[in-house]
Amino acid sequence: MPNVTVRFFARYAELTGCESTAVAVPPTATVSDVLARVRETVPGARSLPPRPLAAVNLRQVKLDARVSDGDEVALLPPLSGG
Amino acid sequence: MMAYLTVHPIAVESLLAEVQGPERGGTCAFMGTVRNDDDVTSIEYSAYDEMAIAEIERLLAEAHQRWPEARVTLQHRLGTIPVGEASIAIVAAAPHRDAAFAACRYVIEEVKHRLPIWKKEMHADGTSTWVDPSGKPVARASRDR
Repeated sequence: MPNVTVRFFARYAELTGCESTAVAVPPTATVSDVLARVRETVPGARSLPPRPLAAVNLRQVKLDARVSDGDEVALLPPLSGG
Repeated sequence: MMAYLTVHPIAVESLLAEVQGPERGGTCAFMGTVRNDDDVTSIEYSAYDEMAIAEIERLLAEAHQRWPEARVTLQHRLGTIPVGEASIAIVAAAPHRDAAFAACRYVIEEVKHRLPIWKKEMHADGTSTWVDPSGKPVARASRDR
């Protein structure tokens, strides 16, 4: 089963109480599947919004994007740079 | 070359030195500074550093494609920034002003939409608020970390 690292930032790191976790997902998993797995395994992750912004390997992606073994998935609160 | 992300005050002169040259007669500099909205005393900026740098490289490359004669760079400050100090500076120099203004404007708009950077407003009474530009107020948290 592919293993991915999931990183949380800013308000999401506060909600989950951690900055990263690792989850195992089925071979054809998408970012949505990763998110579902995170909700099951990380206390506090249930408070994440249903459809957060996400990135895989430093690029923003839609939630139906596929993930592969070793990917870094990031869940991003609404962006407010500048 | 200056780092795109810094925790120190932004030195605009150093950024200008990177883009200006004798063939570029128009230079446009944009600075975003922390505003004193709602008794805000400072803003704490945090980032997904690796992705922010990758995204900055991508959007500067796009600006270069659109305005090949322009040179553009930027610096974003992170950490706690007091009211009145700059959180971002973008400088663009081109042979003529139109391209300098256009490239500078392009970059700040893309920064706002794409950089994985977050701000938390710190208020005079010790509370703090995460900023959500989509307009939904986020509950004001008690003083934390």
